[in-house]
Amino acid sequence: MTTASCSVAGLKVQLDRAGPDVVDEISFEVFPGEILALVGESGSGKTTVGTALLAHARRGARIVAGTVDIDGTELLGQPVAVSRKRRGSVVAYVPQDPAASLNPVLRVGYQIREVLDVHESGTPAQRDERVREVLAEVALPSDEEFLRRYPHQLSGGQAQRVVIAMAFALRPKVLVLDEPTTGLDVTNQAHVLETVRDLCQRHKVAAVYVTHDLAVVGELAHRVAVLYAGQIVEIGTKEEIFAAPSHPYTRALLAAVPSVTEPRVLTGIAGHAPSPGHRPSGCRFHDRCEYQQSECAEVEPPVIEVSGLLSRCLRAEHVRAQPNAVPMAAPAAECDATDTVLEVAGLSASYGRVEILHDIDISVPRNGCVALVGESGSGKSTLSRCIGGLHDEWTGSILFEGQPVPAGARKRTPQLRKSIQYVFQNPYLALNPRMTVGEIIRRPVILFGLAKGADAEKRVLELLDQVSLPRSAKGLLPVRLSGGERQRVAIARALACEPEVLICDEVTSALDVSVQASIIALLDDLRQTRGLSMLFVTHNLALVRSIATRTVVLEDGRIVEDGPTERVLDTPEADYTKTLLANTPRMATG
Amino acid sequence: MNGSWSRAFRVSLRYPRTWAGLVLTGVIAVVALLGPLLAPHGPNDIVGRPYAKPGGKAAFGTDYLGQDVLSRLLEGGFSVLVTAVLATVLGMVVGVVAGLVAGYAKGWLDEVIMRLTDVVLAFPQIVLALVLLTVAGPQQWLIIVIVGLSHAPRVARLTRGMTTTLATREFIQSAEAMGEPRGRIMFGELLPNMSGPLLAELGLRLTYSIGLVASIGFLGFVADPRAADWGMMINENRLALLVQPWAILAPVIAIAVLTVGTNLVADGIAAAAANADQNEEASA
Amino acid sequence: MSRSAPEPGRAWTKWLLRRLGLAALTLWLISIVVFLATNALGDPARAILGRSATPERLAALQARLHMDQSIVERYFSWLGGVFTGDLGESLTGGGSVGALIGPRIANSAVLVLIAAVVIIPVAGFLAIVAARRHGKRTDSLIQVIMLAVAALPEFVIGILLVALLSTTVFRILPSVSLSAGGPPWTNVQAMVLPVLTLVLAVVPYVSRILRASLIEVLESDYVEMARLKGLPEGLAVRRHALANAVVPAIQVMALQLAWLAGGIVVVENVFQYQGIGMTLVDAVRNRDLPVVQALALLIAAVYVVVNLIADVLTILVTPRLRTAVR
Repeated sequence: MTTASCSVAGLKVQLDRAGPDVVDEISFEVFPGEILALVGESGSGKTTVGTALLAHARRGARIVAGTVDIDGTELLGQPVAVSRKRRGSVVAYVPQDPAASLNPVLRVGYQIREVLDVHESGTPAQRDERVREVLAEVALPSDEEFLRRYPHQLSGGQAQRVVIAMAFALRPKVLVLDEPTTGLDVTNQAHVLETVRDLCQRHKVAAVYVTHDLAVVGELAHRVAVLYAGQIVEIGTKEEIFAAPSHPYTRALLAAVPSVTEPRVLTGIAGHAPSPGHRPSGCRFHDRCEYQQSECAEVEPPVIEVSGLLSRCLRAEHVRAQPNAVPMAAPAAECDATDTVLEVAGLSASYGRVEILHDIDISVPRNGCVALVGESGSGKSTLSRCIGGLHDEWTGSILFEGQPVPAGARKRTPQLRKSIQYVFQNPYLALNPRMTVGEIIRRPVILFGLAKGADAEKRVLELLDQVSLPRSAKGLLPVRLSGGERQRVAIARALACEPEVLICDEVTSALDVSVQASIIALLDDLRQTRGLSMLFVTHNLALVRSIATRTVVLEDGRIVEDGPTERVLDTPEADYTKTLLANTPRMATG
Repeated sequence: MNGSWSRAFRVSLRYPRTWAGLVLTGVIAVVALLGPLLAPHGPNDIVGRPYAKPGGKAAFGTDYLGQDVLSRLLEGGFSVLVTAVLATVLGMVVGVVAGLVAGYAKGWLDEVIMRLTDVVLAFPQIVLALVLLTVAGPQQWLIIVIVGLSHAPRVARLTRGMTTTLATREFIQSAEAMGEPRGRIMFGELLPNMSGPLLAELGLRLTYSIGLVASIGFLGFVADPRAADWGMMINENRLALLVQPWAILAPVIAIAVLTVGTNLVADGIAAAAANADQNEEASA
Repeated sequence: MSRSAPEPGRAWTKWLLRRLGLAALTLWLISIVVFLATNALGDPARAILGRSATPERLAALQARLHMDQSIVERYFSWLGGVFTGDLGESLTGGGSVGALIGPRIANSAVLVLIAAVVIIPVAGFLAIVAARRHGKRTDSLIQVIMLAVAALPEFVIGILLVALLSTTVFRILPSVSLSAGGPPWTNVQAMVLPVLTLVLAVVPYVSRILRASLIEVLESDYVEMARLKGLPEGLAVRRHALANAVVPAIQVMALQLAWLAGGIVVVENVFQYQGIGMTLVDAVRNRDLPVVQALALLIAAVYVVVNLIADVLTILVTPRLRTAVR
């Protein structure tokens, strides 16, 4: 076996001098040409581990223990001048948000060349040559016009490629990629992943790929390290882990991931991940674990080997032996296709002089869930905003139960405003930070005159029950809630109006996958038990499988495909749908 | 929802500078408000020779007419403080309402309000005050109105900026989609979300108001030239800095302590508000 | 995809014309405010002469002020004068307003200029020191001092400086800037205190704003990226942070000049410095309306022009704006 390009042992990062640990006991190795996925949900500390590989910690945090050996040389504990020389040259970093990571006032060519200049690689002419070469490697133009562009003149995909070119410029031995495809469309994402895979293999680069997206892991990684609450809970080859995980957290995480090929019944993980300083004693996952035993709360589990996997669970053997089957069930479609509750016909919408949507026809059957799928710029959000009364520059017609719906919420009757409810993408922005949960949910009850006084209070409690929030949440401000809990409050606010139609605009895209699963389960349950009809806007084709009865695909403001979900995803007719499906990453489950 | 204002203030009490500011402000405010009751002499009583050194009947000495400096110090804060507070309240109310309306209504109303603020902002506050006092003469109510209105555009700009940012937030869109009345969106949904920065602005504006009112007095524009007024006292006695510095330093120090105090409180509130924002963003 | 405007030259011109138009509109509105403030808030003739005025003198002055004309007519004849450089006659000193305020403008300009030259490096230095030690003791100390000084009205700073440096504690500098003859800047010693007062009044604001924007930039993703590319900290700050902190700095300079314009009114009166500030206060006291109008208009116009320049510069140093001016 060759020696590892990167080996990390006992790494520990703290907040401030004596603050709580962000991550600790981090140990792993990565070999040349290998891609290790560092998987974790928000707050797990995965980005902290990523930058620590470059001997760097963000402001307010510091690396306090451990070793990071890059290509045979220890990186930690060195004078700044030494570790600096190795950053960008031997170990390089690809950041999460390329648009923000490129300096807005410097030209693109300059910023790539700067890496070569600062590490004094070759002659100036060779540096120019290398800049062109590396741009070609990431499939970007390398002409003068491109080099002279400023970051704002690049598209999102281009900016990401520029950052990757910067990382590869000096042919590093180790590459750290921090969620580099967040915010990219599936097509761009597929291209970026291909480039990364290709370059790592060709130049024998050891890559650490930090991500929360298990589908991407399935596409790209050789080995997987699962991070929970600042520790690696499980590490092993992708195949072993996906087939039979030995840690309950990994199992639960896998059960929460939707699949584009099969209609999984998604199960979330109860509770939420603890933040640094609030982590429980014993096993850090024990309070959310379905395999929990009494000793789990007391004993901090050691790392043990279970047939090829390293696991931090007292019951790893037992967990690993459990069958790993996810229940399947297509979303129930007991709806009468002729009973249409919402009908959009010939709708064209514009922003100013630019027409965004062209001649759209959609119908939502009563008690059905229609998914509206498309990439960014396809107009899917504009369409949902037109229906929700948030955008009024449109022509055509929208009928609710046969009754015409005017453009703009203020022109609608209270009855219409109450019947069509909108749930927003980002639960962190969708709730007034200065109102308590109770006030937020009570407001529509009062506004639409549905109940008063003590009855309204009772109604608030019922609604909290319906979205599975504790009644004690009533007096809390949103800042005290997690993202998933906030989205439940937003759903409760919509339900408070006693609506017929619920428009869900990317409602899970700001949430972790385990939280997404429980929100999807809640929405599906509400649809079936309350007879709600739903328009579910998403860019995530896999999610559609688990929630929608019917799927509409939008491309550049036009509908290119419309049919029952299974038909659209299994035997797509439009070329665009086929491309989207081909580019959607999938976990190859064993 | 009213809790958001008291909460913004309570959170700022975690900062030592807020406490320091409250103590300084409190001491001077007590002197200014209760002083007239405690003064040993009337403000216009002649108690000795002009510019007599401290001692005897006059603990801080006498001024250019032989009036008791201590008594005038105790008398002269009331008008400065009350004028400044009223002007601040006026400026904040006008500014906040104008900013909310401009930022939320947008369109021509926004244009008109912003052009008006441009015009007022072009004048340094003291220049605006002087120009408006030229013909009308220094009258107490006019000074309050002028100082208040000179703050208003600055407050309006701040409020408008926050309003346009907040108005794109989804909780406002949600309220709009439900048909919440506009007034309620502005004052019930948007305004409470500005409590921290606006409270800090209130403190800052109070600091400037005190400085401005005192400056106007210092330049000699007071309604009643015989009355005790901290700004005016400095003006009257400026020739005495060599012989009887107390006549001038006493009011100068009072004003300095008061403005430093209010500014410390304002900064404590601003820091707390910025921190709260950061926490909310960090969780987003 | 390239998002640069198809005809950047034309977009530029369009933006500039709009911006110039706005500035002109603002100036016009300012002239109305100045004129109304000095004509509509009471009877100017009565204000000038006081209560004891005889009807004859009142009538004479009203005639001299053209009070027989309507206010609109008077406004336009005044505005016409402004455009042709005829600012009228001073009501007290005799002689034309232009001749009276000309030398005073020069005096004030010198004072403001010297102060600005001192303020920029001092504020910049304090901001950089504080930002690089953000959250440490040096930073907190600087911030508390700045906060305290920022709170003080200009005349309080001035008088405390006089007490400290020329009368009560040390007696090393003159307390007033009255010079026997010739322009005030020929007496270097007399300039020190007025300049120092202005510097102390303005530096806290400028350095606090610069510090805040520097801190934001230093923690930005792109400066973090520069560090992770292997740039030494000093280079990361100079090359990546400072260039982005320039934009707020320009706006701050504009703000600072505006502050100085207000600051000199009080500071000149503290030190008896013969500039427009003192002239303005004297004119207000004597109700010398033409002088008040001229100076108020001038000070406001300086603000409008400085802001215009700052906006143009901002666009020029920001690539995103420069390439896509709407």
